[in-house]
Amino acid sequence: MGYPEGLKELMKKVEATRPERVEQKKTGYEFPALSLEDRSKVLHTYHPDVKEEGRREIQIGPNKGYRICHEMVDLLEAKSRVEPDKVDLGKADYETDVLVIGGGGAGTAAALMAQEQGAKVIIATKLRHGDANTMMAEGGIQAATKGYKDSPYYHYLDIIGGGHFTNKPELVATLANEAPGVINWLLGLGCNFSKWEDGTLKTMHGGGTCRKRMHFAADITGAEMMRTVRDEARNRANDITVIEFSPAVELLLNDKGQCAGAVLYNMETAEYIIVKAKSVVMATGGSGRLHVQNFMTTNHYGATGDGIVMGYRAGVPVCFLHTIQYHPTGVIFPEQAEGILITEKFRGAGANLVNVDGNQFVFEREPRDIEASCIIRECTDRGMGVPTPTGKFGIWLDSPMLDVMYGEGYVKKEFPGKHILFSRFGIDIGKEPMLIYPTLHYQNGGLEFTSDGATPLKGLYLGGEVGGGTHGENRLMGNSLLDIMVYGRIAGTNAAKFALNDSQDGELTLDHVRKYHKELEDAGIEDARIAPMLLPDYTDEQVKSKQLTAKYEGTMR
Amino acid sequence: MSETAVVEEKEVKVESNLIPIFIMGKKYMVPDSLTIMKAMEYAGYKFIRGAGCRGGICGACATVYRKPGDYHIRVGLACQTVVEPDMYLTQLPFYPANRATYDWNELKGEAEEVYQAYPELFRCLACNACTKVCPMDVPVMDYIAAVKRGDLEKAAELSFDCIQCGLCATRCMGEMAQYHIAQMVRRIRGKFLTPHTDHIGKQVDAIADGFYEKFMDEVKALGTLDPFDQSNVSEGVAKLKELYKAREGEPHTTDETWRPQSDYALLGE
Repeated sequence: MGYPEGLKELMKKVEATRPERVEQKKTGYEFPALSLEDRSKVLHTYHPDVKEEGRREIQIGPNKGYRICHEMVDLLEAKSRVEPDKVDLGKADYETDVLVIGGGGAGTAAALMAQEQGAKVIIATKLRHGDANTMMAEGGIQAATKGYKDSPYYHYLDIIGGGHFTNKPELVATLANEAPGVINWLLGLGCNFSKWEDGTLKTMHGGGTCRKRMHFAADITGAEMMRTVRDEARNRANDITVIEFSPAVELLLNDKGQCAGAVLYNMETAEYIIVKAKSVVMATGGSGRLHVQNFMTTNHYGATGDGIVMGYRAGVPVCFLHTIQYHPTGVIFPEQAEGILITEKFRGAGANLVNVDGNQFVFEREPRDIEASCIIRECTDRGMGVPTPTGKFGIWLDSPMLDVMYGEGYVKKEFPGKHILFSRFGIDIGKEPMLIYPTLHYQNGGLEFTSDGATPLKGLYLGGEVGGGTHGENRLMGNSLLDIMVYGRIAGTNAAKFALNDSQDGELTLDHVRKYHKELEDAGIEDARIAPMLLPDYTDEQVKSKQLTAKYEGTMR
Repeated sequence: MSETAVVEEKEVKVESNLIPIFIMGKKYMVPDSLTIMKAMEYAGYKFIRGAGCRGGICGACATVYRKPGDYHIRVGLACQTVVEPDMYLTQLPFYPANRATYDWNELKGEAEEVYQAYPELFRCLACNACTKVCPMDVPVMDYIAAVKRGDLEKAAELSFDCIQCGLCATRCMGEMAQYHIAQMVRRIRGKFLTPHTDHIGKQVDAIADGFYEKFMDEVKALGTLDPFDQSNVSEGVAKLKELYKAREGEPHTTDETWRPQSDYALLGE
């Protein structure tokens, strides 16, 4: 346990330079921040988003010609898991008013709202109900609930500035306007947001906010929200049926041109399941598990971008997928914690980033994308990364210098969660530095939709990370938990209204899949890829080479 | 990315050793640096059940194990626990547990309602097996005791870190599902037992009444940039950027009494 001998040896170089670095800090000296020109240079050379060799044009579908990461294009330029001619659409296994695809925060909020409209709902989910990125969000949820110092107007400005002024205005306005109502709704469901003694909700700043409007439930905000809405969905089990371990693999349309259900795939028995619905809510979340450019991720096991694939095949365009959010400081070793986020607060308090020689190479409080780019540069072209036992390279985040500067025990007191996490692996981050590297965090883009939760495909609604445009090119902390609740609720409400009032019954069809397969063929794409991916494949190469699986499609048999 | 780095001269001996572990009784040799989850994947297992967030918060990967010559049953989350030589392990990805259905809108927030939903909680024998088996170190027996004496506030607080993995229920001599009881209690606390929040209702009403509408229309009308033609800055976007830069920032160190200088687009006290 603890760092292996080799790393302990390298750590001595960090210890050797620490006294001088601390002395410098005390005199007010900081490692020079990059000029705007240099920032732009490092960003345009090293940020994963701008790496031209990291992406290519999509050759088919509504966004033909759009350049996005290979990993996503690979999924879009792939065949369905379903052979349209071999599926019997004549008899549905389930019939319902609203089918919700995805059992995370957005999907569950949608189900609750749809049920309140009087709809019968089915939630189809890949893993267990609640296994989602929602559960993992620690920080908080933004909402301008304090009219005496904040308003949706200022929230709007913050979101837009964070997104480099590229966001879709109507989506942002709805997000900001609905936010206080969402907090109120969650409080009514018994969600335990942290409060002061007089009932005032505790709020704090996030990166890029002008007012303290981030609400939290200790440091497990997402988990508290998820378990609350899930519990309520379970109370309404008469109207909300949850089908677990059965992800959707293809949308169903009907001969009236509406989205009318989905083909699910029971991962445990390998059978398909036909669900006929009057409307569908897509809430499949993000795609961190695609490990774009081999980056590790903060995302949960099932975050493989399935909804993008299914929606795109059914003709819904995508937007903003050319940007992905990388958090500069994810754990890269010990591997048990790989990808886990190290809060920006460490750098805020003054912890240096140092290379294998123990030297500083970047100011620790550059913006996220710049900081990430400098770390990547240090570990690649400059060859000054710290080698890990897992065959990767990282950078030291010198947390012990905080104890030296502010007194012994400071790190343990200020960062209890991370201190406990590392102590499980035999590392005391008050005395030993952490090894970090940028980690894939959020899918900024997604399927196109409007502020009523509707997509260009009649009968298909969406909520949460699967949608694009709300956050423009960059999302601010605390706005994703908000997004899933605001647009999950709207999508659920409107999907139910459509189902009960406007939907037209018709014959189910997979013609869009046939058409898509034809397009693939015409474009000369003959690779045997299958999508959606469903689960990432972490099988050891040696084992894989010996597996007798006759036909290995993606990650499934 | 990192594989392109050139660091031969700085290479260090950091290889891991292979050790034997027994997955459901069957022996596999795995690197000693791995978590149980990654060791199982290394061995060739592909998870459908038994893996979720892979970050220690979702409760999908509860695992029990024993070590040779040690009668204790040990537990851990597969994604957080490092393998040890000769450990015999199995995951418990599912365990049957009854959850009471209740009409949330009819609840009054009383302990009696919890007793009615879960009368079995009085079968607790105070054996403390639940607490011992909790991978999150939640004092399960103590929160059940708090529920029994009607102290829902305390029970909610003690159970707050519960990840609902269900291991407590597997060991309970009273055969209850503690984590479902705790969930009901925490929701009751959140709605009924914490002080009422006045500011939120005011803000929700103000939005519904259209108080902010003209401000929002004003700022929306400025438009945004075309992501693929960002050098083309309209007059509206130029104004938007000015407004953004001119935002009055609430200082980090202030408390709830801070008020902005400008009262633009604010509701007031």
